[in-house]
Amino acid sequence: MELSGAEILIQSLIDEGVEYVFGYPGGAVLHIYDALVAQGQVKHILVRHEQGATHAADGYARSTGKPGVVLVTSGPGATNAVTGIATAYMDSIPMVVITGQVPTPVIGSDAFQEVDTVGITRPCVKHNFLVKDVNRLAETLRKAFYIATTGRPGPVVVDIPKDVVDPNVKIPYEYPKEIRMRSYNPVKKGHPGQIKKAADLLVGARRPMIYSGGGVVLGDGAEELVDLVRGLGYPITSTLMGLGAYPAGDRQFLGMLGMHGTYEANMAMHECDVLLAVGARFDDRVTGKIEQFCPSATIIHIDIDPASIAKTVRVDVPIVGPVKSVLKDLNKALRGLGRKPDAEALEAWWEQIGRWRAMECLRYDRTGSRIKPQFAVETLYQVTGGDCYVTSDVGQHQMWTAQYFKFEQPRRWINSGGLGTMGFGLPAAMGVQIAHPDELVVCVSGEASIQMCPQELATCKQFDLPIKVMLLNNGYMGMVRQWQELFYDGRYAHSYVDALPDFVRLAESYGHVGLRVERPEDLEGALREAFAMKDRLVFLDVIVDPEENVYPMIGMGKGHHEMYLPPERELA
Amino acid sequence: MRHVISILMENEAGALSRVAGLFSARGYNIEALTVAPTEDPSMSRMTLVTRGNEEIVEQIKKQLNKLIDVIKLQDLSDGPHIERELMMVKLRVVKHDREELKRLADIFRGNIVDVTETSYVVELTGSGDKLDAFLATVPEGQIVEVVRSGPSGIARGAKGLGV
Repeated sequence: MELSGAEILIQSLIDEGVEYVFGYPGGAVLHIYDALVAQGQVKHILVRHEQGATHAADGYARSTGKPGVVLVTSGPGATNAVTGIATAYMDSIPMVVITGQVPTPVIGSDAFQEVDTVGITRPCVKHNFLVKDVNRLAETLRKAFYIATTGRPGPVVVDIPKDVVDPNVKIPYEYPKEIRMRSYNPVKKGHPGQIKKAADLLVGARRPMIYSGGGVVLGDGAEELVDLVRGLGYPITSTLMGLGAYPAGDRQFLGMLGMHGTYEANMAMHECDVLLAVGARFDDRVTGKIEQFCPSATIIHIDIDPASIAKTVRVDVPIVGPVKSVLKDLNKALRGLGRKPDAEALEAWWEQIGRWRAMECLRYDRTGSRIKPQFAVETLYQVTGGDCYVTSDVGQHQMWTAQYFKFEQPRRWINSGGLGTMGFGLPAAMGVQIAHPDELVVCVSGEASIQMCPQELATCKQFDLPIKVMLLNNGYMGMVRQWQELFYDGRYAHSYVDALPDFVRLAESYGHVGLRVERPEDLEGALREAFAMKDRLVFLDVIVDPEENVYPMIGMGKGHHEMYLPPERELA
Repeated sequence: MRHVISILMENEAGALSRVAGLFSARGYNIEALTVAPTEDPSMSRMTLVTRGNEEIVEQIKKQLNKLIDVIKLQDLSDGPHIERELMMVKLRVVKHDREELKRLADIFRGNIVDVTETSYVVELTGSGDKLDAFLATVPEGQIVEVVRSGPSGIARGAKGLGV
């Protein structure tokens, strides 16, 4: 089969099993778009800004486990995509981003819409390629998908100059079946000796704690994690990225840990004697003050990426490998030990945890006439029964969703954890909805975040994406305002979002349904009304208490045991 | 502590900038770096000198290994190894110094590879210390310019760093 570069690109995507490409055309990718419309297999979702394309592909990837694919043009097309690429990189999301480039003869001449895409994206990709020869195109794409989806996943950029996809140059095409790279061989199994050591330590623990992260979701290890935690009867906490891997409604789940984690999770971290970290990377928002992190714990760390182990926190038993297979082996090793954890010690530990739990750190004032944002998220949870996909933007609403929505399954909670990208929520929801056309997809956002990618409301209209947006509108960049209140003596420097649009009319102007909710008693009805409109995007502008803060909280430079609870409650 | 890391990598465009970029992005320090293709033109061999405590150097090695283009890596400082650096020094030499500087070059087993009426270019190979010592012995004001390659390293013994 003889194909042009553009046709090879499209055929490679087909052979890779790609269903959707999120993109935006431009000069350098015109040949590719021409080949794209000539076939009927790969569907193209036209976004309204390249950042939206990357976030949509990212949401698609997070909710399915399949790589998200992006196609953008050179220059500004590529630079606009960078925020989304960096977002995916920080959260280890498999993505292949195809960027057009100016023709090879003019590379380096500051040609129209030329940027050094490989150079610009280098620090925020797992790998990138510049394809200068059409004969290497299929092989490079195969490598790109292989690298993006194996080991610790991540975005891979493939930069393709316009002459490489010239429709008049045809070459024989064959998509490589297998790919072997001498320089890239991700670990497939954990070390049995280390796993045995971990099993011994775990079963001997008196105050054990399990801390699971996004790696469990990405590595499809949720089932094995549940087996482990249930089998041992130990408490478990999760990072922001790991929510859903272990069912949040379960008694053994202590809630999220870290800066806005629960009191019981953070105290249990501080007091534990054996810590098992799975697919987590000891992020600064999780550890708090590093010198005070888990002061008396022996630490076991399972991760696919050796560079994540002992990066910030010393680890006693490192295990490099895919979480799914390592957890499976660990469960087997635990069963093989023929030993049970000390029941008495465990009971005393759970009693202690019970006392921390009794602080009810997530309790909030339900008496006022304003809608509390926490109440809004709780109501969303009750109305949906948790059976939906939830995306969020970044800030207070993101933390409240993480705290009050009880995620029971992995891949249901889609948010930008590492990079903290405002504007992520709506386009990410598009990717989720495209991957799951019959499921309910809710984007919880704030009036500041949503304004960073509102143009995607047009994409939602064009492709009939019935996303439900629940906007927690407090008129502030809430998290910024909260920090200014707590740490800058209430000087609200530029955190008030003045001149807000009328979101109801904004939604309507894009052809969607807009609803405003101002009283707590109206919220449930409004949500039910919105969810009943199964084929429409409904934008709920929920006016919430403007000065509510996210609690509990660990302040800057503090340890897990030094949390702020809501002001009306004192620490025990 | 000073570490000499030997890296075998794909001879691809941009491979060097991936290494250099990694060091600047993560705030690691590079003291010296040399790179050239090996006997197999599809691979390059790099010698990189860095400083840091054990944790940092461990992290540096892990991060380098994570780069897709890196095939293999060895911390030469873990065992006996040889380091050699090439230096060329242009010296200002007028009549009465010529003999003295020629002798000095001989003592350090250097070669004079270019001569004019007023200058020598001395070529020297050795450890960094030896090159420093030579520079320290040249009388003040006579050095016109110095160019050093940075060290290349290889482990002692029969084992090699290969695919």
